[in-house]
Amino acid sequence: MAGSTLVFARPRTERSALRPAALRVLQSLSGVVGAALLTVLSAAALGAALVTPYDPAAQDLTVTARPPSLTPIRGHVHLLGTDQLGRDILSRLLVGLRISLLVALMVVPLSLLLGLAAGMVTGYRGGWIDLALMRLVDAQLAIPMLLLMVAVVAVLGSGLPQIVMVLVIAGWPTYARVVRAEVLALRDREFVAAARAVGASDGRILARHILHNVLPTALVLATLQLPVVIILEASLSFLGLGIQPPTPSLGQMLGHSQEMVWRAWWMPTIPGVTITLLVLAFNLMGDRLRDVLDPRLRGLGQV
Amino acid sequence: MVVTEYMVRRLGVSIVAMFGVVTIVFVLLHASGDPATLLVSQEATQQDIDRIRQAYGLDQPLVVQYTRFVTRVVRGDLGFSYRQGLPVGELIVERLRATFELALAGLAVAVLAGVPLGMIAATRHGSVVDTAAMTVALVGTSVPSFWLGLLLIIIFGVQLGWLPVSGYGSFQHLLMPAFVLGGFYAAQISRLTRTSLLDVLAQDFIRTARAKGLAARAVLLKHVLRNAALPMLTVLGLDFGRMLGGAVVVETVFAWPGMGRLAVQAVLGRDFPVVQGAAIMGAVVFLTVSLMIDLLYGWVDPRLRAAAHGA
Repeated sequence: MAGSTLVFARPRTERSALRPAALRVLQSLSGVVGAALLTVLSAAALGAALVTPYDPAAQDLTVTARPPSLTPIRGHVHLLGTDQLGRDILSRLLVGLRISLLVALMVVPLSLLLGLAAGMVTGYRGGWIDLALMRLVDAQLAIPMLLLMVAVVAVLGSGLPQIVMVLVIAGWPTYARVVRAEVLALRDREFVAAARAVGASDGRILARHILHNVLPTALVLATLQLPVVIILEASLSFLGLGIQPPTPSLGQMLGHSQEMVWRAWWMPTIPGVTITLLVLAFNLMGDRLRDVLDPRLRGLGQV
Repeated sequence: MVVTEYMVRRLGVSIVAMFGVVTIVFVLLHASGDPATLLVSQEATQQDIDRIRQAYGLDQPLVVQYTRFVTRVVRGDLGFSYRQGLPVGELIVERLRATFELALAGLAVAVLAGVPLGMIAATRHGSVVDTAAMTVALVGTSVPSFWLGLLLIIIFGVQLGWLPVSGYGSFQHLLMPAFVLGGFYAAQISRLTRTSLLDVLAQDFIRTARAKGLAARAVLLKHVLRNAALPMLTVLGLDFGRMLGGAVVVETVFAWPGMGRLAVQAVLGRDFPVVQGAAIMGAVVFLTVSLMIDLLYGWVDPRLRAAAHGA
């Protein structure tokens, strides 16, 4: 670097990169389909916060395991049928959808923050803290993800706050690793040297210069992690280790319908198709956003 | 000699990671507040708890406890299952065979379905076939395995009655779980195969091979595949490691008597030593598989040997 000309311009700022990116995502068929699916599903989930056709936890043992139908049964229409305890599947589906989105929207920003902080500090500072934290990341990624989550559930217990914690614990190393690699490449660049030369503190360099440049990559990664988190939460709930009754969730509905596959095909099919559509919507948009914003991440989709 | 140096270095990395894993499990055990209550069954009396505390030295300082814990794990002692009344190590080893069979079958599905799909997409890059193949792959990665499993059970088990819906033993029992486990990875592999092939296809030596009049088939088989194989093998190896340790959901859906199902049943039955043992064994299996792949490379790929020499 000695003798080279210092370049003072920041190579990329996230504001100028992100706004057209959102538009370019919508300029492809897959982006439009993903956005449309996501809009419909989020609208349904938001609507469920205000009103559901019935109380999702209300049981009625006289109308158990009824198929989807428009015909009222004793004055009640169960559009998507009822489950083995006579609960309205549509109402449970809407609340479950909201839980899936809520968990993903809590877990992803939290893991992102944690991973971003860890990755930036270790990448910038180096030394023993980098060595220790990266060995920890290696070790954690060696434990199969679901086995690790199952073990954490065994200690923390299950329920909404615990599940969010488990997923954040499982999720942060991925961000830390990617962010650290970016920071390692950035910290010796001219614009950082320039900032240091004019007397900027480490904190200021990290916050004003490094952060701006790792943020697009981190945000793309976060988008790609949304569907992963949704599937992981649903898997835990499916196994009976996630969201606990009476709160319904999509995975839990599938788990409870396992014993019913012989006589009520709609019970697993309705939440199964819904969760597939939700994950597909995020995958379509995430794939497109990655191609637009950060083609180097192409290998990172779907963990 | 250089290869040996590379191998030793790589082995060191695995051992350090394994220490990290054991440390994480140790921290987990203590994160609950009182580890003794996690190590006994729910019906245990205060006397039982005190006995465990003594036996495992849980009244000692943390440093002593940590050293003891590591020593026990290194010796292969993973503790004792209260539910089953057996050493955890024995329980897990019993289940490894079923898990291994499933992972091997899953790997076969992933390769046999994923590689051809990716090859077709890459050789017809930009065509309708390419779009269709990649759409199939995207949907494949979006279907959660527990739902795909139940869907297959409904179609092939309940409606058509062709295959047994759960259990272990025959080839028929293996078909559905292998397809569900391998299907997700097949979708990933097809996307990876496509990008690796496209990368190689864009290179100069391919143009040369075509210019000298080689048939398209010969170019694909001799030049393209051979060069795209290395990154694909790396990912396949890691996927195999993940399947060995991560078939938790598939094993539960099909009541497959493997390690993943053992872990889930252990959590539901509050049998923490088994959960802990499964996490450690899962990591051992994963690290061993990835170590073996890397060592194989050090031997196969001359570039890696050179890199080890330069480092």
